[in-house]
Amino acid sequence: MSTLETLPEKTIVPPTENLPPERIACLDNLVSQAKTAAALFAQFTQEDVDRIVRAMVLAGLEHAQHLARLAIEETRIGVMEDKVIKNMVASEFVYNFVKDKRTVGVIREFPDRNLTEIAEPVGVLFSITPITNPTSTVLFKCIVAVKTRNAVIFGPHPKAWRCCAEAVRIMYETAVKHGAPEGVFFCLESPTIPDNAYLMHHKDVAMIDATGGPGAVKAAYSSGKPALGVGAGNTPVYIEKTADLNTAVVDIIVSKTFDNGTICASEQTLVIDDEIFDQVLKKFADLGAHICNEKETRLLARTVIDPQTGCMQPMAVGQKATDIARFIGLKVEPNTKLLMAEIRGVGRGHPLSAEKLFPVLAVYRAHSASEALRVCVDVNHHGGLGHTAVIFSRNDGIIRKFGEVINAGRIIVNSPGSIGALGAVYNDLVPTFSFGCGTGGGNSTTDNVNIYHYLNIKRMARRTQNHMWFRVPNQIYFNMNAVENIRQFPSLSTIIITNPALEQLGHVEIVRKNLPPKTHLHVHVIPDAEPEMQVILDGVKALNFYKADQIVALGGGSVIDAAKIMKLKYESPSADLEELAAPFLDLRKRVVQFPSERTNHARLIAIATTSGTGSEVTPFAVLTDNANGRKVTLADYTLSPDVAIVDPQFVMSMPKGLTADTGIDCLTHALEAGVSNYASPYTDSNAMQAIRLAFKYLPIAYENPRDEEARSMMHNAACIAAMAFSNASVGLNHALAHAFGARFKVAHGRANALMLPHVIAYNASVPTKFMPSPYTQGYVANKKYATIADLLGLPGHTIDEKVKSLIAAIEHLLDDLDFPRSIADLGISKEEFEKAMPELVKNAFDDPAWRSNPRMPLMSEIGELFWKAYDGRTRPVTTEVLEHQPA
Amino acid sequence: MWIKIDEKISPTVLREAEEKLLAGDSEVTLDFSSVSRVDAPTLRELAELARIADAKAGRVNLRGVNVDVYKVLKLVKLTQKFSFAN
Repeated sequence: MSTLETLPEKTIVPPTENLPPERIACLDNLVSQAKTAAALFAQFTQEDVDRIVRAMVLAGLEHAQHLARLAIEETRIGVMEDKVIKNMVASEFVYNFVKDKRTVGVIREFPDRNLTEIAEPVGVLFSITPITNPTSTVLFKCIVAVKTRNAVIFGPHPKAWRCCAEAVRIMYETAVKHGAPEGVFFCLESPTIPDNAYLMHHKDVAMIDATGGPGAVKAAYSSGKPALGVGAGNTPVYIEKTADLNTAVVDIIVSKTFDNGTICASEQTLVIDDEIFDQVLKKFADLGAHICNEKETRLLARTVIDPQTGCMQPMAVGQKATDIARFIGLKVEPNTKLLMAEIRGVGRGHPLSAEKLFPVLAVYRAHSASEALRVCVDVNHHGGLGHTAVIFSRNDGIIRKFGEVINAGRIIVNSPGSIGALGAVYNDLVPTFSFGCGTGGGNSTTDNVNIYHYLNIKRMARRTQNHMWFRVPNQIYFNMNAVENIRQFPSLSTIIITNPALEQLGHVEIVRKNLPPKTHLHVHVIPDAEPEMQVILDGVKALNFYKADQIVALGGGSVIDAAKIMKLKYESPSADLEELAAPFLDLRKRVVQFPSERTNHARLIAIATTSGTGSEVTPFAVLTDNANGRKVTLADYTLSPDVAIVDPQFVMSMPKGLTADTGIDCLTHALEAGVSNYASPYTDSNAMQAIRLAFKYLPIAYENPRDEEARSMMHNAACIAAMAFSNASVGLNHALAHAFGARFKVAHGRANALMLPHVIAYNASVPTKFMPSPYTQGYVANKKYATIADLLGLPGHTIDEKVKSLIAAIEHLLDDLDFPRSIADLGISKEEFEKAMPELVKNAFDDPAWRSNPRMPLMSEIGELFWKAYDGRTRPVTTEVLEHQPA
Repeated sequence: MWIKIDEKISPTVLREAEEKLLAGDSEVTLDFSSVSRVDAPTLRELAELARIADAKAGRVNLRGVNVDVYKVLKLVKLTQKFSFAN
């Protein structure tokens, strides 16, 4: 048995001023019943709600005229026939939109994105409905609420509550008859502002949907509850000179006279191009509009607009044009549909530029498109932000510009504003009776409110297995005399990039002999150091001068890196190296892309003369920025050489120290790629093979430099390890080595060696922080180190024992290679090291190399690792390991 | 006391449980394993049962409540009034 303890609810105190206790009890009871209904709704299926909705829609259609009549009798606003149509649109058109939509359980699936959307009802809504569209709004909201399994308490406009109550009764009885839970709808009778305020703050009301004036909307949003508040507009209409004028004039009359202009999306001010102004007004007049003269305009302005507030007079809302005219003492023809009055500006000084929910239209003569757009923007900002705007034009450029400059949730083109904005009649907008006005109108949405606003949409995101890759040059030639393969690549102009030592060793001559006979060859010698910008620019100049179609990079990492960057700048002269070096987390999502357009083309053949960096197959290149005292690392697969030559004849003369340094660099590459978060079976196979080769052949190559097999295998190992880390990246060891090597001018391989045992021990222990990585499944670094130990035939029964064996074997290897075993051994004093520590930690943490490390390093841990490397070996190498010979 | 509830819950059965609590039983167990849905009258009776259990310091155990029904009870804040078991 279990009993759930629940957290205390947030204390919400609804305002109770001016509410007698019995009224509070009544409201509480309504909410309680609605809450139970909403809870019971949770069990309903899609079929259940669809069946109920269909019945409700049919009931709405059946009672459309009855409800329209009630609305007219109670509110004295609008046109009976139009209210019937509104009720039918609210039923039939809304049904057509929602009938096939899923609103229960899984509503949408995106298999290619591993995403599923699931509907969760909102609960109890408190809904305010307006006087202008009372019953149609109720029908609409009832249908949408049942479709989404929500309960609603309606707070109708106090002057429209009877017709709304009847609409709610019809919807309620139909819904319950067809299975909806009791209590699903309620309608307040004679609602008051205190009622509304109480319900808006009620703890069991989940959301407020306020369709009404700015006051109601503001109250809804001020309640602290989630709210859909949609309100007033002021629709500008631009009749541009290319418009179909007959259509425009009829559409505007249809729209503005529909229900006597009560829809808040209806047209308010017409802005008409000067060229067509008189023609348009004549057409209006011919079809029943009264065009006011200046005196009549002044009369209209001071009577239908309240001079104190600048807002429309309530008594005019929804009244016929003739009635308004009679009321203010304006003589018009008996069949007058619209009153039109010219204005010469927008704002409080021009009263008729305000919203007018009755058949009165302001018109403005614009002398240019630019002026017309400006005036439309002015109208839009004079109480209509976010709501609706209309344009009549055949000029798509003007239409688009209008859409860009006007802030309106609905921009209706070549059709009536009011009926157009309702959706589904003149266009494919979502049918609604609630227009979201966005932030401009103080609303949370610009949408036509519909079913999706009555749902909490839950998104179930399944883990995405991102695709991975294994990219290396498509031609790699290896073993002794592999350089002969260079012959097969035709070239009219080849440049060899190399350094002085290699030229002296005769390596250049070997390459020259193997080039195709008619190749024009130029040798470009660069300093034996990491390339700096001037070296690159000189190289590019040579490439351009000789119109090179082939670059042969003959050297170690520095030469090959230089050739990669020269090729990049030669092929894409505008490439900005500084920008291309911008950091990134994921290659596929990087902000700065390498250029794809090339003005020149040259094949890059990389011939490695050291067995370590593997630059002949990697997509990386390092440039030294001496001016700023830093290194710039470029990474992109477009940097990878086209052809790699791994010929051991070029490394037979490597000195011992360089053999050791580059060999440990190779081993570090393989070890880090092996435990990288980006490791894959493809990179693992390379990493493991490189580790096996390095352990076996590095000591031999070091002791017997002329051993051809050992040299060849170490040369292969470096290339294979590079293939692994080109695709799986490296890790923390490199980050530490980069920072330390740069600060104390220690060779890269040597710096790696000083860190390696400590980083393995660190990575193999349970992380303080795990690295987020969609590629890995669980923490496996320790197991992978153990697998490496197994591969090397090292002793140990448990993972921990095997990791320790691997560390011991590495310590043993480093001893064999005569590496200094601590930073202190390099002659760096403790004080000097301590002084450098903040910079070391900062630079190591900034280094992107650790991003793929299986353990996310804390800055304090980076400091600890540096100190461990300073102190050197802390664990004696066991006799067992010392006696062991790797397999 | 153990009461097995059929798929169609009868308020009478719940009233029987209420009477047991009123008569002094300290614990009542209702087996909901055959119940796939609840309706408004059932919720009302369950709320009443919870009220009586509170007043009499009794305990009401609900067994085999499916998650759909459990969610309804959760939404009307009745889960804290009962003990649940499989």
